[in-house]
Amino acid sequence: MEIRSPQFKGNVRAALDDQALQRAMGNVRSGFIQKRANAAAKLPEFEDLRDEARDIKNHALEHLDLYLEAYEEKVTASGGHVHWAVDAEEARDIVTAICKSVDARTVTKGKSMITEEIGLNDHLERNGLTPIETDLGEYIIQLRGEHPSHIIAPAIHVNKDEVEDEFRRVHTHLPVDRNLEDPRTLLSEAREILRHKFQTADVGVTGANFLIAETGTSVIVTNEGNGDLTQLLPRVHIVVASLEKIVPTLDDTAQILRVLARSATGQDMSVYTTFSTGPRRPDDPDGPEEYHVVLLDNGRSSMLGTDFQDMLRCIRCGACMNHCPVYHTVGGHAYGWVYPGPMGAVLTPSLIGVDQSGHLPNASTFCGRCESVCPMRIPLPKMMRHWRQREFERKLSPATIRAGLGAWAFLAKRPALYQMAMSIGMPVMAWWAGKTGRMASLPLAGGWTKHRDLPAPEGKTFQQQWKQRQEGTPT
Amino acid sequence: MTDILDPAKNAERRNTVLATARRSLKVDGDEAPRRAAVADRLASHPAGVVPARGQLDTKGRVDLFETMAKAVDATLARVAATADVPGEVSDFLRQNNLPQQIRHGSDARLEKIPWESQKTLEVSTGIAEDATTVGVSHAFGGVAESGTLILTSGDDNPTTLNFLPETHIALIDAKDIDGDYESVIQRLRDHYGAGEMPRTVNMVTGPSRSADIEQTLLLGAHGPRRLHIVIVGA
Repeated sequence: MEIRSPQFKGNVRAALDDQALQRAMGNVRSGFIQKRANAAAKLPEFEDLRDEARDIKNHALEHLDLYLEAYEEKVTASGGHVHWAVDAEEARDIVTAICKSVDARTVTKGKSMITEEIGLNDHLERNGLTPIETDLGEYIIQLRGEHPSHIIAPAIHVNKDEVEDEFRRVHTHLPVDRNLEDPRTLLSEAREILRHKFQTADVGVTGANFLIAETGTSVIVTNEGNGDLTQLLPRVHIVVASLEKIVPTLDDTAQILRVLARSATGQDMSVYTTFSTGPRRPDDPDGPEEYHVVLLDNGRSSMLGTDFQDMLRCIRCGACMNHCPVYHTVGGHAYGWVYPGPMGAVLTPSLIGVDQSGHLPNASTFCGRCESVCPMRIPLPKMMRHWRQREFERKLSPATIRAGLGAWAFLAKRPALYQMAMSIGMPVMAWWAGKTGRMASLPLAGGWTKHRDLPAPEGKTFQQQWKQRQEGTPT
Repeated sequence: MTDILDPAKNAERRNTVLATARRSLKVDGDEAPRRAAVADRLASHPAGVVPARGQLDTKGRVDLFETMAKAVDATLARVAATADVPGEVSDFLRQNNLPQQIRHGSDARLEKIPWESQKTLEVSTGIAEDATTVGVSHAFGGVAESGTLILTSGDDNPTTLNFLPETHIALIDAKDIDGDYESVIQRLRDHYGAGEMPRTVNMVTGPSRSADIEQTLLLGAHGPRRLHIVIVGA
C-alpha cells in the first residue's frame, strides 16, 4: 500500500473539508463509546480480565521464540504447513506461490489487516489472480478502490447513499429501477453476489486473531460469517498472521476473548469465534484440503526488548480509535497507511519508520482516553511521546517546530523569565479575545482557529495559583 | 516463484526470524528456566479470571444460557426429551413459514430422534447443499455466560450446516451447558485429548449480523439469518 503518512497535514485539511466524511464519522462518536461502556459495566471482572490479558501477552512476548516453535510443531502435526516470512514481500510471494501451486484463479478473503499491511490484493492481481473481499465493509471499499479507514469497521467513512451508488454502478446485471432505500436490501444484494463467489473460489485467505501454541490452532473472530465461508468452502485455506498473535493456551485465548468484543463493539462475544486446526480430517465431509499459515515478522521481532514491545500486545479491537478525538475528527485515511488512530500512531513508525510517519505520534492531544480503554493496557500516549522524542533527536521535525520547542525550552529553564512572559502574555491574550473569552483568530495559530476558537486564559497563572496555595491563601 | 515454498528456504527464513527475536530478547533459546516456564504453561493451562456470572447450578446455567442467547437474537425452546424434538422443530418451521425440510449429519443423537413422528417433515443427511434451507446440528456444548454454542466439525456435524443454510437449528443437551468457556475447553481436552482439537470448533453467539453500513445492526449477513436453539432435557 502506498504510504501517504508524510502528507498527513494535507490529508487532514482534506478530511476536515469533506462533508460526507464528517457526516459518517458522527457514527463513530455516537455508537462505539456507549456500547463499550455498557458491556464493560455489566461484567464485574472486566478490569481484572484486562490485567490478566496484559499479563498473558507479556508472558507470551517474553517467550515468543519458544511459543512460536511449539505452535509450529502442533500445526505440522495436524497436517498444516507453516511458512515463515521475514518481510511483506516474502509473505506476498508465499501466498501467491501457494495459489499458483493449485492453479487458483479466484481468492476469497476474510477481513484481515495483515493482508492490507503486505498489500496482498494488488500483488494477487498483478499475478493474474482475482481477490474478492467478502466482509461487507471490505467488499464496499474494494468496489470503491479504497483501503479500510478503521481496523474493525473498514467502511465507517462511507454513507448509505454512497453504498447504494456503488452497488448500482457495479451490479449492472440487476434491474436499474430496484429499490435500495432500506439498508437490509443492500445487505441481501451483497449476500447473494458473494454467496456465489464463496462457492467458486479456489483459495480462501483469512487473518487470525490468535494463534494458539497449545494446539496449533488459528482463531478468527467475526460477526458476519464471511470468514467461515472463506475458510470452509475453497480447497485451500491460507492464514496470514503476524508473530505476536501467539497465545500459549486455549484458556489464555478465553481470557482475551472476554475483553476483545466488549472493547471493540460492546458485544459480550462476537457471533462467530472459530478455531481452525489443520486441514480436513479423514472423517470430515467438508473443510479445506490444505491448510497453510504464513507467519509474518515484518519488523516485529526487532520491537521486542525495546520501548515499543508493549505495542505487540495489541489485539486490534479498535477501542483506541473509537475513543480518539483526533480520529473522530479526521477519520482513518488521513493517517496515510494501514493502521489509523492511536495504535497506528505508535505501530506505523515501528513498521515503516518515523521518518515517514512522524506526523502520526504528533497527532494527539495526549488526552489519554486511548490508554484508559485499551483492553491490553498499552501505554499508547507514553509510546507516542517516545516517538516524538526520537523524531526530535534525529532532527526529523520541521524547523518551525524545533524553533518553537527551543524557545519554549529556553523559557522553561529560566523560571523568572518564564513567569514574566506569562504575566505579560496572558492579559494580552485576554484583551485580544475581548468579552467572549474566545479567540476566533490569532497570529501564528491559524491552523487551530480555522476550525474552532481558542479559549483565552483566565485568572492567574498556574505558578501564581500554586504559590498562593502553598501559602494557604484561598484562590 | 514456487522456489519460495522450498522447505530449505523456509528453514532459513525461520532461523532469521527466531534469531532476531532472540537477539532482541537477549536470550539464546536454550535457557532451562524459560523452556520450563513455557512447557509448564502449556501443560497446566492456568484458568485465570473466570467470571462469577456463570457459576451456577444446572438449572441456573440453563436459565442464564437462555437469557443470553435471546439477548443476541437467537430464538430458543426447551423440550423434556428427545421424542419432543421433531414436534418442536416442525412447529418452528411452520411459524416461520419455512418448508418442512431439514438436513443433518451422522451424529448418533440426531439419528436416534424419531423424526418420522412428524409426517410432513422431510429429513436428509449430509453436508449443506445449495438447496438446503435448514441445517440441524447437535452442539458439543454451550456456555451460559454469553449464550454461546460450541460446535465441532466431523461427519457427525458437518461445519457447512452451521453456515450455509438460511436457518440453523442447534440441539443441545441441558447437561452440556457449562457456566464458562474454561469448563467447555476442559471437556474438549477430555474428549479429543490434551493438545488436540477437531479441525474446526465454532463458538456461535446468535445469528449472523453486520453493522458495516452506517453502524446500523442488520441480521443475516453471510451466515444464517435465524438461529434456533433447542435445549433437550430441561
